[in-house]
Amino acid sequence: MSPTQIAIALWTLVVKEIKRFTRIWPQTLLPPSITMTMYFIIFGSLIGSRIGEMDGFSYMDFIVPGLIMMAVITNSYSNVASSFFSNKFQRSIEEMMVSPMPNWVILLGFVLGGMARGLGVGLIVTLVSLFFTRISVAHPLLTVGVVVLTSALFSIGGFINALLGKKFDDISIVPTFILTPLTYLGGVFYSISLLPAVWQGVSMLNPILYMVNVFRYGFLGVSDIPVGWALAAIVAFIAVLFGVALWMLEHGKGIRS
Amino acid sequence: MAEPALSIRGLTKVYGNGFQALKGIDLDVAEGDFFALLGPNGAGKSTTLGVVCSLVQKSAGKVSIFGIDIDTDFARAKYHLGVVPQEFNFNQFEKVIDIVLDQAGYYGMPRREALPRAEELLRDLGLWDKRNGSARMLSGGMKRRLMIARALMHRPRLLILDEPTAGVDIELRRSMWEYMRRINREEGTTIILTTHYLEEAESLCRNVAIINHGEIIRNTSVRDLLAELDTETFLLDLAHPVEAAPDVEGFEVSRVEPAQLALVVHRGQRINDAFRSLSEQGIEVVSMRNRANRLEEMFVTMVEQGNDALDRAAAAASGKEARP
Repeated sequence: MSPTQIAIALWTLVVKEIKRFTRIWPQTLLPPSITMTMYFIIFGSLIGSRIGEMDGFSYMDFIVPGLIMMAVITNSYSNVASSFFSNKFQRSIEEMMVSPMPNWVILLGFVLGGMARGLGVGLIVTLVSLFFTRISVAHPLLTVGVVVLTSALFSIGGFINALLGKKFDDISIVPTFILTPLTYLGGVFYSISLLPAVWQGVSMLNPILYMVNVFRYGFLGVSDIPVGWALAAIVAFIAVLFGVALWMLEHGKGIRS
Repeated sequence: MAEPALSIRGLTKVYGNGFQALKGIDLDVAEGDFFALLGPNGAGKSTTLGVVCSLVQKSAGKVSIFGIDIDTDFARAKYHLGVVPQEFNFNQFEKVIDIVLDQAGYYGMPRREALPRAEELLRDLGLWDKRNGSARMLSGGMKRRLMIARALMHRPRLLILDEPTAGVDIELRRSMWEYMRRINREEGTTIILTTHYLEEAESLCRNVAIINHGEIIRNTSVRDLLAELDTETFLLDLAHPVEAAPDVEGFEVSRVEPAQLALVVHRGQRINDAFRSLSEQGIEVVSMRNRANRLEEMFVTMVEQGNDALDRAAAAASGKEARP
């Protein structure tokens, strides 16, 4: 395919993906907005006022970056996982497989679709948070960069999950039993400096901790871990997972008999 | 000499469970042909077509589409290929127009070209009025036509139709036949068709391959195949019921119903002799028709012969007697 044809194919797929999640907005955009509003009211406003400060910031200000990141992670992941798996389930993935569209375009199209939803929901949560606190961003470029990279990373993760999945249960296992616990334990609601040394060490094994912390650093200018190291880790993860997903597509894993 | 639209050499497919679906088949389909690939369920038809359109990974062999080897440049080969699969494979929740336009987009077709092409095809196939409706609201026949429109969006030179009229009523089936004939005749689109309606293959196709147990057991023209037909069975409707099948010298006659006989006519026999004999016995025939479509009769005979040969081979291997 010529570069123009590739651009048309990619645009077609991305628009299709965006149309999909906006068509079913009561299932895709509304629930995370309501859930995060609940978090802001209950944890930030009601309980947070009794907690006091965390790392020198009000508890509400402390959890805002974490909650935005949590919304971005779960929505990026679940959008690609459910969309690609639905395409597999309905066999409409064959529309793409019989076309001359390169596999990397298929992968990128779904990933960009997942990022569109993840970042869209992140924006909604950010707007909701403005009802509860005034947001100041210490490092705007870093903040945007890390949220975009994180969204890309979890979109690729969702793609791999959908490739491997054989039934709908398979695409809910990872978000429920792995992603959610890691996110909750990834410093969204607390600073790991509150933990005993042993659990601080264990927490350092959680990749989501790095993303939440770098994002919080972008907002507040404070982080539990070195920012440069965390960014490098995210980029490395993206490169590795993109390579794995592309290899799986090229070899027809989960989609060709 | 022009490259064949499809060339297959030594195509083998062994599935993960060890089942060998294709046993090194060779097949050529000339450009402009209307070609039938026939075989019983599980014979290897869909696997063969699945390999050609990249939905199934081959174990060995070569496949070329208009001379382009799919192993070296599958993307270029795919531009020439349109596929209408056996089962519905579009997102049922999308609009009809979006399904065809998105498919054009996957082939890199700009929207300004895709829109008029979509209108042309959807009008031709009677779907234009439904374009803004959800695909799940279409009837079964409309869904099949939608898949044909989608497959033709990028103007493929080779169209693969895997049982395109399955479950479609006879009136709609005939209108689809006419459409397929038209694109084959007027646009020169090569068409490969699999079907269980042998009447469809006889009516539409010029050449035919019969596949059974993963092997091509016959590859010839429909006309030559029918010329080999040794036996035809006719159903005779009688004016009055008979107690038993009459004895007609030289012919096999059986009673199907009290007022219906089955008459087997071998090549070289004159059907008039049978009628004369029946008339002499006071049996009046009011109408007659083929028991089965002629190609169907040929097909069943060949497949049964193939199955018997396999049974004998299996029995020889195990030292047991083959079933009769």
